[in-house]
Amino acid sequence: MSDGVASFKVGDSKSYRVLKSSGRGLYNFFGGLAILFVFWWIGGYFISINPSTEHFAAFGPIPTLKAFPELWSAGTIQNAVAASGYRLGMGLLIAVVIGVPIGILMGRSKRFREISNSPFQLLRMISPLSWMPLAVVVFATWNQSIIFLIAIASVWPVAFATAAGLAKIDPAWFKVARNLGATPIHMMTKIILPAISFDVFTGIRLALGVAWIVLVPAEFLGVTSGLGYSIEDARETLSYHHLTAIVLVIGALGYILDSTCVLLIKHFSWHRGDSA
Amino acid sequence: MSIRGVRIKIEELSHRYTSKSPITFDKVNLEARQGEIIAIIGRSGCGKSTLLHILAGLLKPTDGSVRLDDVLVNAPSPQWVMMFQAPHLFPWMKVSQNVGIGLHFAGWDESKMRDRVNDALDLVDLQDYADNNVQDLSGGQQQRVALARSLVMEPELLLLDEPFSALDAFTRASLQRDVRSIAKRLGFNVVIVTHDIDEAVLMADRALIMAGSPGKIYDELEVNLPDPRERHDTEVQAMRTRLMEAFKTAANEHPSTSSKDASDESSPHNVTQHA
Ligand SMILES: Nc1ncnc2c1ncn2[C@@H]1O[C@H](COP(=O)(O)OP(=O)(O)O)[C@@H](O)[C@H]1O
Ligand SMILES: [Mg+2]
Repeated sequence: MSDGVASFKVGDSKSYRVLKSSGRGLYNFFGGLAILFVFWWIGGYFISINPSTEHFAAFGPIPTLKAFPELWSAGTIQNAVAASGYRLGMGLLIAVVIGVPIGILMGRSKRFREISNSPFQLLRMISPLSWMPLAVVVFATWNQSIIFLIAIASVWPVAFATAAGLAKIDPAWFKVARNLGATPIHMMTKIILPAISFDVFTGIRLALGVAWIVLVPAEFLGVTSGLGYSIEDARETLSYHHLTAIVLVIGALGYILDSTCVLLIKHFSWHRGDSA
Repeated sequence: MSIRGVRIKIEELSHRYTSKSPITFDKVNLEARQGEIIAIIGRSGCGKSTLLHILAGLLKPTDGSVRLDDVLVNAPSPQWVMMFQAPHLFPWMKVSQNVGIGLHFAGWDESKMRDRVNDALDLVDLQDYADNNVQDLSGGQQQRVALARSLVMEPELLLLDEPFSALDAFTRASLQRDVRSIAKRLGFNVVIVTHDIDEAVLMADRALIMAGSPGKIYDELEVNLPDPRERHDTEVQAMRTRLMEAFKTAANEHPSTSSKDASDESSPHNVTQHA
């Protein structure tokens, strides 16, 4: 009897807490953005009253927000996002297709791990953008070069996170699976991949962070599409409110992509405590 | 589920891990009747787990052979399945998916698989937990899921490597009783390795004593007691005393050398007796 009451209360206060915390989350989300906006507005105000910086007044928030409908109806935002998204997606895809098997190999084979450690650590520490001149020579188009840069920036986080995931696998799982008749393909699809998917997505999240940073400067040169190009274009045509609008798009999109990764990580996590 | 046991025939089985390591056990010979439950008792390090891995086809012997009804065991098979001290469930699968994984490997179709999984869950009294996350179950329930995962394959031989030693006394007792009654009902063979003399008396038809290094089987006792067996039955108590005596004799005559006992994390006291 008293048990029932107690558990009812616990359940009740728990759901209340969830409600309250998600309410607080929304409050923080918009409150934080509002503060950023205020700082931006103040900055814009000082730029506009100072005679020497007056003509940069379009950097302020009001002109920027006014630029959005213009950019949208001209299709600039959509085209830039589509072009950049394609490069990012292809680069990440290549990184996953190459990085996950490399990571599995690193996790499964001690020999491979030992021999690959020094070259991989060395390659990993090369700033992705420093491959740019080489990529331009090797690849036929600028588009391909950018995809290559994204891929080479992303492959390391994916590979190393995959290897770390494999290191955490309980070797007895393989023994049990082998005993119950698993083929090597079953071992991969039913044991290894589900066991490490959490780590792979963690790696993809890290990779996305790097790739997103590499993408914009990589688009400053050569290509005539994408977010980086749009920024360059806005600068050259002195449409500063367009420039800040694109910068805002970059921030917002990056935030959305990262949050999507967090959701995927949560979805694929079977570790108790960090899901649900 | 229809399961039947096998005749086990182990001949001149010897093993060493590498050519440099000492012999794990030497020329072990052992036969078991169809449907018999045998317990192998011995101190840590005398090679019990190694022997069980060879019976499961997970390790290759250096010499000698294991035959089940004249079929040579030289690779793992769902026909002879092993259970360990920890359940080693797959935490990203529900209870029912864990139980059905072997059937999935064997390419069963969904609806047949579901029926068989339900049968296995019935056997271990977990029918209400099919959709639970395995991480939400208690240690004893998890070990029951592992048992169902083995039984669903209708094995001829179930190999248990100290499977209940990590559980509390009450849970351990109920699993010991249930595994014996399921095995007797379905008729499959069981080989259980333990350092717990009580466990051998409560579960086995025959207890073998393994000692020394390299390990060898030195003595055996028929445990012909009626079911169900209770810890406090005078017959059970008497059998435990006899087994303890036999064990001490074998252990004194064939001491295991040096510090090997310390290498086994599972048993702070090499042979335990529960009061
Ligand atoms: N993978 C291994 N490689 C080398 N030696 C091992 C390995 N596993 C166990 N041993 C050794 O083999 C002996 C028997 O071990 P084991 O079969 O685990 O004994 P038990 O299960 O009776 O405690 C021990 O001396 C142990 O140190
Ligand atoms: Mg052992």
